[in-house]
Amino acid sequence: MGYQTTAEKMNAIFSDLSKDYLIYAPKRFVGDGTFTDIDTIRYGEITDLSEIEFAEKSDYSFKEVLLPISETLFYFTENEMKEADAPKKGAIVFLRSCDLHGLKRMDTIYLENGAVDTYYKRLRDNTKFILMGCENSFENCFCVSMGTQKSDDYDAYLKVDGDTVLVDSHWDYLDTALTGATQTQVIADSVTANDTVVTIPETVPQSLFDAPFWEEYGNRCIACGRCNFVCPTCTCFTMQDIFYTDNGKAGERRRVWASCHVDGYTDMAGGHAFRNDKGQRMRFKVMHKVNDYKRRFGTHMCIGCGRCDDVCPEYISFANCINKLNALVNDSAKEEN
Amino acid sequence: MLDLNTKKIKKNAYRVTKVRGETASRVRVPGGLLTAELLPLIQNIAETYGNGRIHLTTRQGFEIPGIKYTDMDAVNALLQPIIEKLNINQEIPGKGYTSAGTRNVSACIGSNTCPFATYNTTNFAKKMEQEIFPNDLHFKVAFTGCANDCIKTRMHDFGIIGMTEPQYEKERCMGCQACVKACKKKSVDALSVENYRIVRNTEKCVGCGECVINCPTRAWTRSPETYYRLVIMGRTGKRNPRLAEDFLVWATEDAIIKIVKNTYGFVNNYIDREAPGGKEHIGYIIDRTGFAEYKKWAMEGVELDPRTIVKGPVYWSGIHYD
Repeated sequence: MGYQTTAEKMNAIFSDLSKDYLIYAPKRFVGDGTFTDIDTIRYGEITDLSEIEFAEKSDYSFKEVLLPISETLFYFTENEMKEADAPKKGAIVFLRSCDLHGLKRMDTIYLENGAVDTYYKRLRDNTKFILMGCENSFENCFCVSMGTQKSDDYDAYLKVDGDTVLVDSHWDYLDTALTGATQTQVIADSVTANDTVVTIPETVPQSLFDAPFWEEYGNRCIACGRCNFVCPTCTCFTMQDIFYTDNGKAGERRRVWASCHVDGYTDMAGGHAFRNDKGQRMRFKVMHKVNDYKRRFGTHMCIGCGRCDDVCPEYISFANCINKLNALVNDSAKEEN
Repeated sequence: MLDLNTKKIKKNAYRVTKVRGETASRVRVPGGLLTAELLPLIQNIAETYGNGRIHLTTRQGFEIPGIKYTDMDAVNALLQPIIEKLNINQEIPGKGYTSAGTRNVSACIGSNTCPFATYNTTNFAKKMEQEIFPNDLHFKVAFTGCANDCIKTRMHDFGIIGMTEPQYEKERCMGCQACVKACKKKSVDALSVENYRIVRNTEKCVGCGECVINCPTRAWTRSPETYYRLVIMGRTGKRNPRLAEDFLVWATEDAIIKIVKNTYGFVNNYIDREAPGGKEHIGYIIDRTGFAEYKKWAMEGVELDPRTIVKGPVYWSGIHYD
């Protein structure tokens, strides 16, 4: 149901909701960026709609709400262990359409890919998702190419226009809370085109896996992992077993984000690492995002948010890599004919 | 028939050159940043009254050579819009620069452009220029954005090196150790790993911000406050060239401005009135009075941040030719 209400009313509703939910949204963190006097837009808790950064794309995605960068799974002593408590409150997450599609990718990996991940599920089950519209495409976005520019799979859509707030609710609680508000049809803002257009090859022949094409990335990539950390569909983690220094017999197991670009990702017992070359790491990531994942799960993994292109300190464009790969696939197909 | 008071000329930022009858005008550009619209004005002076050439000085000014002493008034008139645009303190409008002893306050390109800079060096340099110019005493002050010290503050009477106090949010750290590697290879190896998390050796850390720059998740961020390392009494020259030594570490902007201003009082009190041209470098005065006496004058009324470390006694080395 669509409603028109006021920012004051909506803030009051969120204030009530905050008793049971932590509310997360993209916020401006002033001076928090890599360089001096550069802000970061990333997820943080809010108490008022005015704190939400609607005008710009967030540098980091919402994924850290459901998949914390560092998450303690359980505590152990000599003979016993105890699972870490789940957060007492649920979560409400403001996010854009592309990221809502990213959520599906996370669900696929953590809920539908073999055993259910309980740590993910317990957060996921208590999270509500509120769509933020996109009036304009941002730099490096290619959601239209990926078909992620629209989504109806939200608990609510919310648009702030000065003191007016438009809401499309799929959530009973909000419908009740908004009783008496003006009912109106609310259609989420979405873009129909992006400046960046990406063409994904249908299939990539095995012969291109070792193509010289990837070597250039070996020289350019610095293995910082930023492309993975900002990506809403990168879900890899690794484990850290900590023994408390005062005791040594008690400790905890944490899981933390991992990156297929960062050194150590392919390290195995005995010290062998099978993807030392950074060009091969690029190939692995790109093929996972736009080839392997689809073969396994039916949709591409990449949702076209373009954050990897926004963040890369070496100006490596993932979007351009796909397009170049597509040209290469077409060329190799011609050669075979 | 030229009849010149060379002392007045020098104070007006004109040089007595080796070429009889010709002077050179020094245009100061505090912080080393100017808008491009001023370049044609400088070009005009060089082409109308100079010899068509411009020298880029080490202190980030322009020196326009080949000017006839008789044209100084005309050149001062053309300098006026430059002085005004650059917001230079001026005692008598239209008369050019009314002092030259306190040199142009220079700065590296700073955080306007450079990824390493921890602060806006231009703005601080301009603020300092406003506080200390015009003055006839020979002071050299330079600002640099980080410990790389590209402007070479350690060859100045006062060098201001930017510092940030790295803030670590451990829950945002997954232990990639990009910060540890950067600190070890590019800075002072102040970071170590304990239980997959980072420990910063606060004694060693120079506040360069490499950890912040290299952190991919914003686990490391900058402190809201900018801090500075104040290094003092570096110099070039014939007798005892030497690098400046640390005086204050983790100092604030206000403390630094106050100390530099206090130093004018110290120099006024102790300068050798018989020195050639009445000019004596501060460092040599401190060598004579001892550091303790200088510190007493410098720290008068200075309010220190609790984080600030005051060094002392300070000893300088360098090369002695005397």
